Amino acid sequence: MPVSDTESAIRTGTEEIPFWHDPTKRAIVYQVVALAVVFALGYYIFSNTQANLRRQSIATGFGFLEREAGFAIGESLISYSAANTYARALVVGVLNTLSVAFIGIVLTVLLGIVVGVARLSTNWLVSRLSGGYVEILQNIPVLLQLFFWYSIFHDTLPSPRQSLNPMPGLFFNNRGFYFPIPASHPAFWWAGAVLVAALLVTFVLRRWARRRQDLTGKRFPVWSVCVGLCLLLPLIAWAAGGAPTAMDVPQLQGFNFEGGISFSPEFAALLLGLVLYTSAFVAEIVRAGIQAISHGQTEAAMSLGLRANLVLTLIILPQALRVIIPPLTSQMLNLTKNSSLAVAIGYPDFVSVANTTINQTGQAIEGVVLIMVVYLFFSLVTSAFMNWYNKKKALVER
Amino acid sequence: MESSAGLTGTADLKPPATNVGAIGWLKKNLFNSPFNSFLTLFILYCLYKTLPPFLQWTFLNSVWYTDGAQCKLAEGACWSVVSRNFRFILFGFYPYEQQWRPAVAIILLIGFLLYTRERRHWNRRLMIAWPIGLAVMGLLLYGGFFGLPMVETTKWSGIILTLLLSIFGLTAAYPLGVVLALGRQSKLPAIRTLSVIYIELIRGVPLISLLFMASVMFPLFLPEGITIDKIIRAQVAIILFTAAYIAEVVRGGLQAIARGQYEAAESLGLDYYLKMRLIILPQALKIVIPPTVSILISAFKDTSLVVIIGLFDLLKTTQVTLSNPEWTGFSAEAYLFISLIYFAGCFSMSNFSRRLENELRT
Repeated sequence: MPVSDTESAIRTGTEEIPFWHDPTKRAIVYQVVALAVVFALGYYIFSNTQANLRRQSIATGFGFLEREAGFAIGESLISYSAANTYARALVVGVLNTLSVAFIGIVLTVLLGIVVGVARLSTNWLVSRLSGGYVEILQNIPVLLQLFFWYSIFHDTLPSPRQSLNPMPGLFFNNRGFYFPIPASHPAFWWAGAVLVAALLVTFVLRRWARRRQDLTGKRFPVWSVCVGLCLLLPLIAWAAGGAPTAMDVPQLQGFNFEGGISFSPEFAALLLGLVLYTSAFVAEIVRAGIQAISHGQTEAAMSLGLRANLVLTLIILPQALRVIIPPLTSQMLNLTKNSSLAVAIGYPDFVSVANTTINQTGQAIEGVVLIMVVYLFFSLVTSAFMNWYNKKKALVER
Repeated sequence: MESSAGLTGTADLKPPATNVGAIGWLKKNLFNSPFNSFLTLFILYCLYKTLPPFLQWTFLNSVWYTDGAQCKLAEGACWSVVSRNFRFILFGFYPYEQQWRPAVAIILLIGFLLYTRERRHWNRRLMIAWPIGLAVMGLLLYGGFFGLPMVETTKWSGIILTLLLSIFGLTAAYPLGVVLALGRQSKLPAIRTLSVIYIELIRGVPLISLLFMASVMFPLFLPEGITIDKIIRAQVAIILFTAAYIAEVVRGGLQAIARGQYEAAESLGLDYYLKMRLIILPQALKIVIPPTVSILISAFKDTSLVVIIGLFDLLKTTQVTLSNPEWTGFSAEAYLFISLIYFAGCFSMSNFSRRLENELRT
């Protein structure tokens, strides 16, 4: 038979096949060509850039980080002045980005869960209103929303002298939002330390209760005991420290307010815009997650005699979370990345500081590379953490 | 159950008045539990407090077509900021007497989109008509024939730029995204690694960093003497950005195709190119149409970011209007107006995607 003849010929290698018909050799050629094209393009860009930089006599390297920045930053978590280095200015920017992202993510998740659950409410008014919320906020660009809130805070609020004063000690004006805080006193430090201790006790108690339940089947009311501990113990510490009630109330001094705690209109607009926009997406994710759990699960849990809150915490939530977590992670990352829009409304986040640095030093490449590296780092850390959490929550199959 | 006679008797009874009609609806949907009744009353109270003042501001006390000075006297909204600057907000620096051209192009585009909405119109002719239609719109905007004066692309601004960036962004990013997705699924390690690095790198950074790259770094990449228009550089950044997201969507589609399909194609003796073109991609791309529409929606919204590098899109022309001393302070009205434009675009696209999802669920 001719077929088996050729086959055996190929198998024994007596008949050479041309290399363009050999998949393994072809694969090598494809890959070499692809790599060569990428490297050639990279080299072309690199050499052009080198030539351009030399011609325009732009400095290269990260030496500028050590130089004096010479620009002020409106709000900063660490001490900073114009005399500090660019490196410190960029650190201030990173911290500002992180604080917006962190507060934003916490608020977004809370608001998103509320709206997502409200969309499934049997109350017609509630479900329609939350549906409208989701549709409207999802479909308007987040940058436009930021501009809108910023213009509201900046244009419509009065000047510091005519501040809105909705409650005693509370002042809203176009320079910021001022809230009173308790005046500093050692009792608050003690209460804080006690709270940390109470949280540690909670952690230990929870593990013990779970082990006891596994061994004996007896349940321990961990939740109510721990909430009680975390509230009562700090309160006792505060009372023992002399129960200070003095408040640090913002006061109008000259053109602006001093004291208390304040948020700038830029920060408030950025946070509000990001939280409202992202929470609309989170609400859809939460709704989809809850709807993905079939009603039979609830019925089965109830027929086992579980109470409504146990049905939710033991049966529904663990399954819904599995559906919710991956898209929720990407929304958290989106919020972090969108916080870079701060540059448009003048909040000094990392991109904004880096942009100023680029404009002052002219070292665009280093600046853009820094921005990319920092955001890549945020993204990788967040997704690594969420992957770990997701794996912990994943379905354990046989 | 008392007796069968009682049961037959109830069949003729009408349901209680409180269970049908308007009262029944209210009882079922608004007051079905104490907590829901409380929520309903609370929301109605909030609406009562906020809605009338809002309506008064929007309609009753508002002014519609006055100059800025009169607006400052009005108590309500100043819609004049929109009506007086309508054409600048929409078309920006496009020459005033020539603005019928973008208007015609946009009407043409909307017509195309409405026609394409119906799935029974999808065929080869439409696939050919789309590029021709886009080219006609482009030529109409650019001019230089039939006595139409030429309009430089640097003058294309307002909604023209927004639509241009998003539509060209998606059309050019789509093939690139498909290639990247195939690369990521490829068995060849070098090609797979390159695709993974590209996709993860782009998805890990904000669009704004790519736009900065396009505006400040890109000119340094080119040999001396060659300059590329800023609009095109921003367009390239948007294409590169969108392609990474499309690649991930298409990868989802490729992974959803059963292994048997790949094996069947191979057993027919098809090579890689034919296998993908005839068997895998037609199925995979069909599955991912709805998520692709979501990407189009985000691309449409994301084009507003070009404001930050100083291009005159819809958002920027609005801000230019607002920076005119006559109209400063009416930003809420102007922003509400363009929100409406963006909302109309995004909402109709997301409705379309939802409908498609239902139709394609086979």
